[in-house]
Amino acid sequence: MAAKETRILLKHADDPNYSTSIDSYLAVGGYKMLEQAVTMKPELIRAEVKAAGLRGRGGAGFPCGVKWDLVDRKSGKPIYLICNCDESEPGTFKDRQLVHKDPHQLIEGIMISAYANNVALAFIYIREEMPKGARILRQAIEEARAKGYVGENICGSGYSCDIIVHRGAGAYICGEETGLIESLEGKRAYPRIKPPYFPAVLGLYNCPTIVNNVETLCNVVHICRMGSVEYAKIGRPNNTGTRIWCVSGHVQRPGYYEVAGITMGELLYDLCGGPLPGRKFKAIVPGGGSMKILRYDERFKGKNPDGSEYEYGVDDIPLDFDGVAAAGSMSGSAGMMVMDDSVDIMEALANLVGFYSHESCGQCTPCREGSLWAKKITWRMCRGDAREQDLDTLVSMAGNIGGRTVCPMGFSTTWPVQSYVGKFREEIEAKVRENKVGMRGDIRLIEK
Amino acid sequence: MANSFGNKLKPETLAEIEKIIPRYPQKRSALMPVLQAIQDDQRVISNDAIEWVVEKLDLQPINVLEVVSFFPNYRQKPIGKCWVRVCRTLSCALHGAYKVVDILEKELGCKMGTTSEDGSITLEYAECLAACGTGPGALIDEDLFENLKPDDLGPVIAEIKKRAAGGVPTPTKG
Ligand SMILES: Cc1cc2nc3c(=O)[nH]c(=O)nc-3n(C[C@H](O)[C@H](O)[C@H](O)COP(=O)(O)O)c2cc1C
Ligand code: SF4
Ligand code: FES
Repeated sequence: MAAKETRILLKHADDPNYSTSIDSYLAVGGYKMLEQAVTMKPELIRAEVKAAGLRGRGGAGFPCGVKWDLVDRKSGKPIYLICNCDESEPGTFKDRQLVHKDPHQLIEGIMISAYANNVALAFIYIREEMPKGARILRQAIEEARAKGYVGENICGSGYSCDIIVHRGAGAYICGEETGLIESLEGKRAYPRIKPPYFPAVLGLYNCPTIVNNVETLCNVVHICRMGSVEYAKIGRPNNTGTRIWCVSGHVQRPGYYEVAGITMGELLYDLCGGPLPGRKFKAIVPGGGSMKILRYDERFKGKNPDGSEYEYGVDDIPLDFDGVAAAGSMSGSAGMMVMDDSVDIMEALANLVGFYSHESCGQCTPCREGSLWAKKITWRMCRGDAREQDLDTLVSMAGNIGGRTVCPMGFSTTWPVQSYVGKFREEIEAKVRENKVGMRGDIRLIEK
Repeated sequence: MANSFGNKLKPETLAEIEKIIPRYPQKRSALMPVLQAIQDDQRVISNDAIEWVVEKLDLQPINVLEVVSFFPNYRQKPIGKCWVRVCRTLSCALHGAYKVVDILEKELGCKMGTTSEDGSITLEYAECLAACGTGPGALIDEDLFENLKPDDLGPVIAEIKKRAAGGVPTPTKG
């Protein structure tokens, strides 16, 4: 039987009769959970979110309830909540849907989470390239304020909390939570070093701060609605709830698919319609451009409960945090980029390395210089100007970035270089050997 | 002494700036929205503007300069009347973004990464616009154009030319 979507967060998003107005949202029962939440003890809501097993949808998959537990509630300082809508990891476009098509769901999620954590001021940090999204959110906040869901004395409970929509200005690193916080303070978005700057303790204005992704906060509404027990039945243990997978590249039906408990093959074939006519899948980047690539013909080893081993392929990978991790990559931001046999893998790598070199904040030498070197080397390989030692230099240099920097972005150069060269070495070596100007693939992926 | 840059701004922009600043717990936090409001109004962040913001937010010049120079979308050179940003990142590239760019350059008579001499069009690469499933994508002023097909760019080119000829672009509200 063909796999289907499990639409919870996106239930109304694509309904032609549904709009971004508060009336649409109220008509489908919107803000009921907030009304109920503000009559409850905040710690009860926190316990529900924790029991539901909700893991962060921004990239790292950190359990949301555990993050909220880490908040320093004894400091006497105000606690801030920041909704991360910087969405800029290559291949990711799920937060865009949630913000542009159902903004009130997000606002309700933010308000419940704010109440649960005694927050009096929340922010939505939205990337500059979503000007309409910012406008939609601002209008939605004003509508919600007029009905008593945002601002003073929410639902007559005596609890007050405002939301500020703050726009970025084109820097990918503002997605990293401490870079985001610096930017929100009016500074360059240089990520902070952890420790001591764990946002839960020393975040915005050195106050305890929660940073959560858009999709994570939307899930909070549904945890309240279903209760943690029902919610936790969706998906697999430790991977509860749905995830919105963004599929781009060479499939018949690219798009966003909210699913639970399916495999990568079911997503690629049943939902996305398989490869383009006459083509074969070649490689898949499962969770946004930073993540390690999978070769479509790769085989993995799993363990049965009795300890015996079994083999499986890319199509069999369970499509969730643990499933993709077991295959040696990460589900990251769920931005899946699919490449077929028309693609020159070296060029794909060069394209992404170009991105990470452009987006390095420049604070750490290994990331700033390393990503630029990697760009120069991969680009000259593509342009037919490679030197004999280039491939070795590239690999050894890339291995010296990740883990030696202030923020995890160092890995965004390390992982692609290591995995593309590791898994497609023959193709890349052949290309370097030929060293011809011009591309092997059918499409040009970098500048001339 | 307050510099007179404020007089150049539209009254709505000034009013907006006055409204933004007190919303933040700390004044310095209002820096980005203030810069955005100025750029939307002026299509550039000039040295005068920087000095004005320094005074407005009680900062040092370096505090404003470091931010203006860090973020790619704050501009110290004027942006053309129509601002075209084509995504070059992998998903869009897989769908032919570079072919689209070749055609745009030719048809618009504007080299990638530059503003046309008459100041009407700024044509640039953008990094992933979070619209990868419908690539290639481009942001034209405030509007996202998706599924740009190399062989069907006529309407988009016409739209860009219309905006480039037609005076005031739709401002992005701060
Ligand atoms: C380089 C880098 C870029 C990131 N970009 C984003 C982003 O665009 N959106 C996002 O929600 N999280 C992003 N993150 C993850 C955030 O730092 C943070 O972990 C996340 O927003 C937490 O939310 P969650 O726990 O709900 O997932 C990024 C992390 C790194 C290291
Ligand atoms: S790793 Fe890169 S992006 Fe992160 S702080 Fe260092 S230089 Fe900046
Ligand atoms: S790669 Fe172009 S929008 Fe994401």
